[in-house]
Amino acid sequence: MISFFQTNGAELLVKIWQHIYLSFVSLGLGIIVAVPVAVGLTRAKKLAGFVIGLASVLQTIPSMALLALMIPIFGIGSFPAIVALFIYSLLPILRNTYIGLNNVDPSVLDAAKGIGMSNMQSIMQVELKLAAPVIMSGIRLSATFVIAWATLASYIGAGGLGDFIFNGLNLYRSDLILGGSIPVIILALITDYILGKIEYLLTPKSIRA
Amino acid sequence: MLLSLEHLRKEYPGHKVAVNDVTLHIEAGEFVCFIGTSGSGKTTVLRMINRMLMPTSGTVLINGEDTSKLDPVKLRRKLGYVIQNIGLMPHMTIRENITLVPKLLKWSQEKRDAKAIELIKLAQLPEEFLDRYPSELSGGQQQRIGVVRAFAADQDIILMDEPFGALDPITRESLQDLVQDLQQRLGKTFIFVTHDMDEALRLATKVVIMDAGDVMQIDSPENILKHPANEFVTNLIGEERLIQARPSVTPVGQIMLKSPIYITQDQSLPTALETMHKSRVDTLLVTDANRVLRGVVDIETLNDEFNSGKTVGDIMDDKVFYVFENSVVRDTVNRILKMGYKNVPVVNKEYQLVGIVTRATLVDMVYNALWSQDEDANDQTQIGNKEANVDD
Repeated sequence: MISFFQTNGAELLVKIWQHIYLSFVSLGLGIIVAVPVAVGLTRAKKLAGFVIGLASVLQTIPSMALLALMIPIFGIGSFPAIVALFIYSLLPILRNTYIGLNNVDPSVLDAAKGIGMSNMQSIMQVELKLAAPVIMSGIRLSATFVIAWATLASYIGAGGLGDFIFNGLNLYRSDLILGGSIPVIILALITDYILGKIEYLLTPKSIRA
Repeated sequence: MLLSLEHLRKEYPGHKVAVNDVTLHIEAGEFVCFIGTSGSGKTTVLRMINRMLMPTSGTVLINGEDTSKLDPVKLRRKLGYVIQNIGLMPHMTIRENITLVPKLLKWSQEKRDAKAIELIKLAQLPEEFLDRYPSELSGGQQQRIGVVRAFAADQDIILMDEPFGALDPITRESLQDLVQDLQQRLGKTFIFVTHDMDEALRLATKVVIMDAGDVMQIDSPENILKHPANEFVTNLIGEERLIQARPSVTPVGQIMLKSPIYITQDQSLPTALETMHKSRVDTLLVTDANRVLRGVVDIETLNDEFNSGKTVGDIMDDKVFYVFENSVVRDTVNRILKMGYKNVPVVNKEYQLVGIVTRATLVDMVYNALWSQDEDANDQTQIGNKEANVDD
């Protein structure tokens, strides 16, 4: 254990950083795109089935295949990996945001509109706040997926903890496999814990369970 | 004219007509109740006023201004809005909820805080409720907040869409009291949609009865009870209410005795005594030659003055309590009973004597009002009695 850290410690830190970078950039992009799209879909419900269906189809593409497909388009490195992970992160966020917004009590929306809130005020001050717990659980789900799948990004040269795991597989060295997997698990758990805290803070006091 | 609806029509795709052609003029301070069965279009009319729905054709004018030319968001901030499902923001405190419109209108914090305290008093709830969340209040308390929220920015017109439909009868009544109190105190104009006829008759100054997108009748609650426009209105009001309402809107002329015993004022006292004796009464109404009521004379005065040689006109009491034949019985009965008159003369517009209401008349009337629903049962009892008599 100690000797593992002595020989691989510095590299491990670099790989952890790469992994965090890949996951969080793609997750961040996923949030930035999926939440507004979901808000838009609540205003154009006819499109919702199509768009969410499309995201579901994207989700079903095998992850290795999706990464491989990125190479002819974007080449190799971290950029194609981020694009692929971003695509994966979309569906849970999109679906949960849409469900969360749709589950806001219609009479609250009617009242918000009826007393004179503009569309934007209703979205920002009422709908997103009330849907926050559901949206956040979508983001937590996406975060876990993205962190796990970011290991595969090493195949297209994006780095990350996947490098350890694939080296271990090639060299039949279980210490390298474990040295790559365990930090991924810890990273996922810590991320989920932190996002859980954020979810708690974003949930309006009166509707906290 | 504060609010005018001109030929409002709402048609949904597939030629489903929700509202056919509604024209209505509402003055400031009126309490207008829309009532009808589900699907009659009453809520649709209300929602076209604050442009939650766009009319297919027709216009809504507020103070003469066509609302379709206004920004709907700004328009809605000027109209109070109360809905059946209360619609308080669950994530905001009561304070934030009731000062939401002032906040949208960018009032200062101090002004909003002052308003919050004013409004919670209007709602007749304690001030500490301001920092609670809606879920911590009972349904009735929440709707009190829902009601006063509509007054937060001094809106002149308050729209209410079946606001008390989901409340139990006791809570509903206390909220009706609240609304009535606010209406009288603040002089706002209410447009109130309900399917509860008692509520409409109780609160409204003007009732609009709707069926299948058309207005059936627009009138005061009294006139609607008195003259239902058609069978639909009659059915909607219900037989029971019409029976109950009958004594309260019947004019005195309908229940009075039409042959009062009277004497003209130039008659001599012996003639008066003879009339009394013949008709077996102890008081006589006194009129002039044109049958205009002048006074009343009773047997005691007559006895005292019998040999004085005066005429009836000289000794009569000219302070006589009378009622007009077209005044409503409801308003009259209490006065008669409280003042302890045995009988009250009825006059027409020219003060001519046309009839008399006696205590016996009142008994008949109360009897009819209370027992007319059980008439059938009554008849049977009477038949039973008759048979018994035959057996005797």
